[in-house]
Amino acid sequence: MSAPPRRKQVVNITGLLVLLALPAVALAVGEPFLIGVATRIVIAALAALSLDLILGYGGMVSFGHAAFLGIGAYVVGILAHHDIENTLIPFLPGTWHGTTAALVQWPLAVLASALFALVTGALCLRTSGVYFIMVTLAFAQMLYHFFVSLPAYGGHDGINLWQRSAVPGADLSDDWIFYYVCLFILLAVLAVLSRIVNSRFGMVLQGCKQNEARLAALGIATGRYKLAAYTLAGAIAGLAGALTANQTEFVGPSLMHWSRSGEILVMLILGGIGTLYGAVAGAATFLALEEILTSLTEHWMLFLGPILVFVVLFARRGIYGWLVGPESGDD
Amino acid sequence: MTAQLFLEQTLNGLQQGVTLFLLAAGLTLVFGVMHLINLAHGTLYMVGAYVAATVTQVSGNFLWGVLAAVAAAGLTGTAIEVIALRRLYDRGHLDQVLATFGVILFFNELVKILWGPQALFLSPPAILSGTVEVIPGVPYPAYRLLIIAVGLAVALAVRQLITSTRTGMLIRAGATDREMVGALGVAVNRLFTRVFAIGAMLAGLAGAMAGPLLAIEVGMGEHILILTFVVVIIGGIGSVRGALVGALLVGLVDTYGRAFLPVVLRGVLSPTAADGIGGSLSSIAIYVLMAAVLIWRPRGLFQAYGG
Repeated sequence: MSAPPRRKQVVNITGLLVLLALPAVALAVGEPFLIGVATRIVIAALAALSLDLILGYGGMVSFGHAAFLGIGAYVVGILAHHDIENTLIPFLPGTWHGTTAALVQWPLAVLASALFALVTGALCLRTSGVYFIMVTLAFAQMLYHFFVSLPAYGGHDGINLWQRSAVPGADLSDDWIFYYVCLFILLAVLAVLSRIVNSRFGMVLQGCKQNEARLAALGIATGRYKLAAYTLAGAIAGLAGALTANQTEFVGPSLMHWSRSGEILVMLILGGIGTLYGAVAGAATFLALEEILTSLTEHWMLFLGPILVFVVLFARRGIYGWLVGPESGDD
Repeated sequence: MTAQLFLEQTLNGLQQGVTLFLLAAGLTLVFGVMHLINLAHGTLYMVGAYVAATVTQVSGNFLWGVLAAVAAAGLTGTAIEVIALRRLYDRGHLDQVLATFGVILFFNELVKILWGPQALFLSPPAILSGTVEVIPGVPYPAYRLLIIAVGLAVALAVRQLITSTRTGMLIRAGATDREMVGALGVAVNRLFTRVFAIGAMLAGLAGAMAGPLLAIEVGMGEHILILTFVVVIIGGIGSVRGALVGALLVGLVDTYGRAFLPVVLRGVLSPTAADGIGGSLSSIAIYVLMAAVLIWRPRGLFQAYGG
């Protein structure tokens, strides 16, 4: 890689400073609702980041990523629901009470999403290419219909949370604190993933994207690596889902509607795939675009659609690629 | 569970199956020949349903509505192909998915502006609003029988088109090696547009025929598109025969699941629990079927082409 490292560092550090300063800026310009927007950006970035791991590095185009967010959110929602109603969680052997403790909710959300990713991933990865896209979409839709027709947890209407998760030593109902908790998680995951993609594991994953048959010929069980990456991505997206539930204080099937999966995909492409940082840039751009266009017209999708077609046809490296400038060995 | 009920549900399943076939056939042809995955295929179904409702209302004749729907879907499809999608044939599937997702967003919003956010309802033509006793003791809505008949007729027509017309020959040749077809002097671009228009008209027909059975609303296209994907995954992408078998399987499994699963569960669970869980489980029955096919034959029952 003979990339100009300085420009990349300048872009990354500027991005970090912007994210750190966002709530203060929101307050300074007298628009405190922007803290909410900033929080949504950070959570969406986390989801897009997890998609980048499998799509940008592993070449697996998942169109069902919202399913993992939905599971993460529902774990938080269901636990909180039983805590408030003071009822037992059904369908489980033994007696299990609900809880609002983040230290229980969030790891369970991650585990449940990872488990779903492991099972569906094992099935999806029997296919590749266009089949993979359709199968991931179908499994996400399955989960959507499952929750829509599950009256115990509100069906279509979902569950309202009356409070955010309880974290020892921090009050998440304070929007500032919640924002920085989300940002801390995003940065931690970003740090871990940038280690992973350059590790031996990450190299195998990138190899799968370029030429899986050659790796298999070298004696590497590529399927296991891809499944591990898929599961890890599901786990991270599940965490993003747990945070989403806290952000909106509502959990419903709409969280895993197919168009949500599409949005995550769009954010990633908009920002640039296979860079990790692009996911953050894309989430910020997409949600900022949404805020601006919705303030101008209620029919913002009428403009987003053509913009999307245009980006796909003509601007293939994404915003982050454009910011850091040309890199040799790109594409 | 009586024999009558079972027969009635079988007809319902067939009716849902042939509707899915009309969509799956177009989707699978477009993929087979152009290697394009078109998420906006459901959009053409939606356009068909909306145009059918409006033209039927204005003209007072359902047949005009159906013809207008087929024409409108064909024209919309051709326009989408010429303006945007033909640039994507050589691109990866990721680009195709994103661009056609953009097309969906655009058309969903456009339909919302033109027709408003409220759902439309369309009544079946008066002659067909009654019931027919297919087998003594089983009255069945005549309109649904018509859908089954039209669907099966179209399936035969598509088969005829592919096996014994010049266009069909080019479709088969294009699916095997489209570069060779171009090298032999066939105007490939025009062939692609024609295939796309055929698929679009089938989707429009499906939308118009299904219109009287459901609420015509924005989002109906994507709902059925994902079911169509399940059909194509089960049948094998690129195979029209697979699309027919997959569509009937999905239609029957979905209908049987919804009708009989809660009843079966009542034997084990309390009635409310059985209805709740039965409803949830039956809504995922077709995906379980899909998963089973994936384990058994990852490329579908009638694998026609590579990935």
